[in-house]
Amino acid sequence: MGLILQQTVFYAFSAILLFSAAMVVLSINPVRAVLFLVLAFFCACILWMLLQAEFLALVLIFVYIGAVMTLFLFVIMMLNLDIGPPRKGWLPYLPLAVLVLGLFIIAAVSALKPEYFDPDVYQVVTQPENYSNTKALGAVLYTEYVYPFELAAVLLLVAIISAICLAFRGKRPGGKAQRISEQLVVRRKDRVSLINMPSEKK
Amino acid sequence: MILLTHYLILSALLFVIGVGGIMINRRNLVVLLMCIELMLLAVNTNLVAFSHYLNDLNGEVLVFFILTVAAAESAIGLALIVALYRNRGTIEVDKLDSLKG
Repeated sequence: MGLILQQTVFYAFSAILLFSAAMVVLSINPVRAVLFLVLAFFCACILWMLLQAEFLALVLIFVYIGAVMTLFLFVIMMLNLDIGPPRKGWLPYLPLAVLVLGLFIIAAVSALKPEYFDPDVYQVVTQPENYSNTKALGAVLYTEYVYPFELAAVLLLVAIISAICLAFRGKRPGGKAQRISEQLVVRRKDRVSLINMPSEKK
Repeated sequence: MILLTHYLILSALLFVIGVGGIMINRRNLVVLLMCIELMLLAVNTNLVAFSHYLNDLNGEVLVFFILTVAAAESAIGLALIVALYRNRGTIEVDKLDSLKG
């Protein structure tokens, strides 16, 4: 029963994954392409769950669907893209594409024969019930891979700075901004003035 | 029984779709970036599958780092596309020919 369920989930979500990947490539409207990409990532997340990589599956949802895909959507909506029927410009590239992809598929099929991946060797290890994928991953990540981990953090910092530098156009004239040095030299007498006025009768 | 080969074939097909998208897409640089994301997803699926079937966590750690690098890559790529759109007014692949390539 469990095996049949697993197979059903695998084949169903693989089919949706391939379909939505094809739609990413083929759809004319880029917003629709992004939404199909979200669907593809979601199906991949389910498949990774089947492979018992729960932490990475959830990271895929949080980081990819939550952040990167939102970024894609923002950029597409910011740019005023014209949506029209595709021009015929891609037809000359089609024979080359078919040739290269055919070669790739032939190579993949010949390399991925089941006898190279003997099911007796590539056995699934059943983990104990209280096994935590996140804990196991963290135990490796913070000991053996701690320097790559810190490098990845630095890389993200560099990415933040460079993305801001690329998108920043300099200060616009007339823009409203704080002038901190002027704010700091302000004294009380510059801002507060006491007024004498008679009290009013009701 | 789902074998390792099933996952490998699935990710090979996904990779082919991504490469084909890069080849036939002449319209939109953003879609090109999305095809790169598809290819990265295929590679990551391969790594996770091998990691599961060999019971070796190193593959999953590698996927973790690939995800980091891919997030940085797409952020910078999108910033470049925005800068390009400001300067040229288009992100169509065929019109970006000022280098006469």
